[in-house]
Amino acid sequence: MKLSVKIEPRLETSRKLGIAIPVFSLASALLSGAVFLFFMGVSPLQAYSTILRSSLGDAYGLSETIVKAIPLAMAAIAVMLSFTMLIWNIGAEGQIFMGAMATAAAVRYLFVDNHAVMFLIMFTAAGIAGGVWGAVAGYLRARWSVNEIITTLMLNYVAMNLLNYFVYGPWRDPASLGFPMTAPFPDAARLPSFWNTRIHAGLFLALLLPLVFWIVLRFTRWGYEIRVMGENPKAAGFAGMSYLKNVVLVMFLSGAIAGIAGMCELSGLQGRLQHGFSGGYGYTAIIVAWLARLHPIAILLVSFLMGILLVGGETLQIVMRLPLSSMLVLQGLILFFVLGGEFFRKFRIRIFFRGVPNPQPTISEKEGN
Amino acid sequence: MEILIPILTAAVRSGTPILYATLGEIVTEKGGILNLGLEGIMLLGAYAGFAVSYSTGNPWLGIAAAFLVGTILGLIHAFICVSLKGNQVVSGLAMTMFGTGASSLLGRNFIGFTIPGLNRIPVPFLSEIPFIGPVLFNHDALIYCSYGLVLFLCWFFTSTRSGLYLRATGDNPRAADAMGISVAKTRYFYTMVGAGIVAVGGAYMSVAYTKMWAEHMTAGRGWIAVALVIFAIWNPARAALGAYLFGGVEAFQLRLQAAGTTIPAPILMMLPYLMTIGVLLFISIKKGKGILFGAPASLGLPFYREERD
Repeated sequence: MKLSVKIEPRLETSRKLGIAIPVFSLASALLSGAVFLFFMGVSPLQAYSTILRSSLGDAYGLSETIVKAIPLAMAAIAVMLSFTMLIWNIGAEGQIFMGAMATAAAVRYLFVDNHAVMFLIMFTAAGIAGGVWGAVAGYLRARWSVNEIITTLMLNYVAMNLLNYFVYGPWRDPASLGFPMTAPFPDAARLPSFWNTRIHAGLFLALLLPLVFWIVLRFTRWGYEIRVMGENPKAAGFAGMSYLKNVVLVMFLSGAIAGIAGMCELSGLQGRLQHGFSGGYGYTAIIVAWLARLHPIAILLVSFLMGILLVGGETLQIVMRLPLSSMLVLQGLILFFVLGGEFFRKFRIRIFFRGVPNPQPTISEKEGN
Repeated sequence: MEILIPILTAAVRSGTPILYATLGEIVTEKGGILNLGLEGIMLLGAYAGFAVSYSTGNPWLGIAAAFLVGTILGLIHAFICVSLKGNQVVSGLAMTMFGTGASSLLGRNFIGFTIPGLNRIPVPFLSEIPFIGPVLFNHDALIYCSYGLVLFLCWFFTSTRSGLYLRATGDNPRAADAMGISVAKTRYFYTMVGAGIVAVGGAYMSVAYTKMWAEHMTAGRGWIAVALVIFAIWNPARAALGAYLFGGVEAFQLRLQAAGTTIPAPILMMLPYLMTIGVLLFISIKKGKGILFGAPASLGLPFYREERD
């Protein structure tokens, strides 16, 4: 008797499997996260119930989860766009920073005491700043094949330091008692918020953008081109699609959306620019996009799920004194298991028994003859 | 010339963690596996190195522990990339997140502690050579090990059978497979060893460089190392050159800050990152003109043994 395992490619994945695999991946990630927490001397049961209670337990928690999901969904749409083209924009974090800085600059130097006009100014400034930040990496990639993963990441650090320069230096509010932050924005530069919660008008953008890009990617000629270039750049080239133009365009759009996410976060929520204002949304967005399998509508759902984790993480920091970045452990594990799950989507594992030991010669023996 | 000695000495010291990380990544990439998780591996290495040095009092045990932690992380990456044929970029990102989070969770009780760490051991005779002596031979033993590692890897890649098999696996896994080399085993082994070396680079940060533990203490050095591999065109000797160049920029920047320059600190702190982009751009433009080439041909591609081309 011999146990034999055979791995076969699947020709297609059933719908049931398509849903079961991510759910199972997520569950395994949470389970191994629990094991990890347990060995850290942290009660996983307490940690997970704290996460759930603080994020979904009451209306306030739910609203906070949505507040976190807003920038996540926008940033995830941003990275999804570039990932669709197989351009790895890891720089959403830096692009968010740039958008936020442009917003603060607009408030400081171009202030108009009118909600609508001010919104348009901030929106444009943030979009251009984030977009240029992305397009630079896109141009370097398309023109000289400079690795965009590294350039976008390095630009994150540059943007972070630039932000520090402004909030520690020229833009620091003299009334902030030495804290690295700008003065609070005037009312006209704030997005309205609703229902007595911190949920702000950025919500509409976060709901609208996935819808727009779902339609664009699925039903327009340009969306089709982007998808072809992701799957087969060579074929796209033969069909006369310009790689350079599209990479720069996609990276500009990607950066612009991330920048606008930064603007919403600033003008809708925080009301001033300060040191370390984005809690790693740009990085978490990568997981969101990947977990949603780059599907714009699924991104909305996954952003909400990640929002739960982020709100829970902040509560854990206060209640159980865990560092905020320990939520990264869970995020990393989720990504690992989702990757592992991909394997079962593409392959089928068959285990069967054989009566007699396998008499077939191995490949190398065959070639030796 | 005398003025340069302290800066160059500091360049070697602050370049060493990046050098280890770059060498580790070269070992991994030669086999065709791209590991973008260096930042996370370095951080967990830094934590393991510090925690074990602190509790045993022996820095070398700490460094061994870091190597071990690195190989385990390499095993995870290899399992996802080789056995499950997962996306190597995403697996590396997951590793970075996991390592960053896990190290701050694990290290939360070690913040603020210091250890004696590695001592400086001047090499007899060599350290007395003018200029070269103080710059290269007046350091701790882990720096001397890194010189040895550079030389060893240069020899290993070009002049040994195992090195040839490794390169064959990274360049043309199908040919390697036909030669009877197990592509999967080779990739597993060198991904693990490479990640181990990367983790030693992280441990250098905590055990020899700062002698303490801090969250996110590597501050992007792992990513700089990924860029340096390209700068080095997968050549260990050029990796040393690149790492010391970056160490030099960092040392220079710190010295300017200490000297009380009027340039604000955040602007100076951008320098290494901007330089990484500059260096990468320079190399890519040159490569475009066909002067340089060295990337393993199958880097980042999973190998399906059953498929025929």
